[in-house]
Amino acid sequence: MADIAKEKKKQEYEKYVNEITPKHSLPLNMLKAFLVGGVICVVGQCILNFAKSRGLNQETAGSWCSLILILLSVLLTGFNIYSKIVKFGGAGALVPITGFANSVAAPAIEYQKEGQVFGIGCKIFTIAGPVILYGISTSGALGLIYYILQRLGVIG
Amino acid sequence: MNQTIGKQSVQLKSGVHILSGASIVGKKEGEGPLGEYFDMVGEDPMFGCESWEEAESTLQKETAQIAIRKAGIEKWQIRTIFAGDLLAQSIASSFGIMDLEIPVYGLYGACSTMGEALSLGAMAVAGGYGDYVLALTSSHFGSAEKEFRFPLGYGNQRPLSASWTVTGSGACVLGTKGGKAGITGITSGKIIDFGLKDSLNMGACMAPAACDTIYQNFMDFNRNPEDYDKIITGDLGKVGQQILFDLLKEKGYDIREQHMDCGIEIFDNNKQDTHAGGSGCGCAASAFASYILPKLEEGSWKRVLFVPTGALLSKTSYNEGQSVPGIAQGVCCEHLT
Repeated sequence: MADIAKEKKKQEYEKYVNEITPKHSLPLNMLKAFLVGGVICVVGQCILNFAKSRGLNQETAGSWCSLILILLSVLLTGFNIYSKIVKFGGAGALVPITGFANSVAAPAIEYQKEGQVFGIGCKIFTIAGPVILYGISTSGALGLIYYILQRLGVIG
Repeated sequence: MNQTIGKQSVQLKSGVHILSGASIVGKKEGEGPLGEYFDMVGEDPMFGCESWEEAESTLQKETAQIAIRKAGIEKWQIRTIFAGDLLAQSIASSFGIMDLEIPVYGLYGACSTMGEALSLGAMAVAGGYGDYVLALTSSHFGSAEKEFRFPLGYGNQRPLSASWTVTGSGACVLGTKGGKAGITGITSGKIIDFGLKDSLNMGACMAPAACDTIYQNFMDFNRNPEDYDKIITGDLGKVGQQILFDLLKEKGYDIREQHMDCGIEIFDNNKQDTHAGGSGCGCAASAFASYILPKLEEGSWKRVLFVPTGALLSKTSYNEGQSVPGIAQGVCCEHLT
């Protein structure tokens, strides 16, 4: 009985805290994310078009595009600028490949002091790790399903 | 000599004097509203060191030295240091005060550590266990972000309830004589858990603890809010302050007139984009040493209740789904004539 009363008190407090805590405006955040994410995509498209205009095929141009975006993001992380872009743009800057590069570069810089192996080596994927692990696992699982469906003749 | 009073408090019968206060802060804090009061503002966030942790240690060591110098005593006269910080195993304190070669008790009370250090230091002096003791704490934005959250370069959006860890250190020399301010009472804090799990809303996690300690102080000493010129919490921030007012109102006390929060005072949120306010051991400690203590010394405040607040969590406890309990240590300081 005492536990139920305690649990109820906790829920009430949480509700009350939620009510009085100021929050970011969701529509405004979405607009900013749209703008920043859009700008990053436009930059990517420019690189792609430029590479293709120089005679590279679609696939090679795409690789160059990713590489250059990653390089830019790592440089901006090093100069402490990328975190400011994310502060403004939120998911618009986190979801593209540049956000992923930031999440790998930032720990590498921070943990460099703890050594090449136990610092950078162990901690470089502290943030990106889950994306890599579950990303690869999911694509593996999907590949397996695709293979089975193919063998069964469900898809061509 | 029994000096306890009420349920959780101590009334110090022999005078415990605060001989000096010293503070060193980072650049951002120096640009804040309290900027002119600090003893030193470091332009370099690394304080000439190689890592955030070493920087914080240096911060502590230099603050301790300034406090000792301002007290007009020699290093060897300090009997004991009570010190702590936010880092795991309190390494900022250990490595900072190692070179001082003074006996040490290491403390952990999260951001309430200055209250803990002043309480224990005052008890040591009042009990006759040292003519002079030093209370010392620090926090550093870089090392705290690394310890509790993300690497600094990683981009993320902080919620509006989040606080900004103060880069700073505060130190006070306590003794049996001298100085124009003293510690006359202590209300030790219990750990209070209202079950909140949001580590980015620490004000809300700590406000119930602050309420509990302040209420207990009123009960134990049979006082009212009007008996204090100021009731000063450590780092509740805007959200926590509101909750504290509401919780105390439920208990029948209104402290709006007297209340001040170091976290709200130390930064100007409109200009400095710090959201709810400052936090960290260094927040309450540097504000106490630089701003509150001089007010007491000159007598513009006769009696204040200083209540640093701490949120008790680690990265592990947070990841394992534990709540974030709070603690608040009450220290009663008075102007001495």
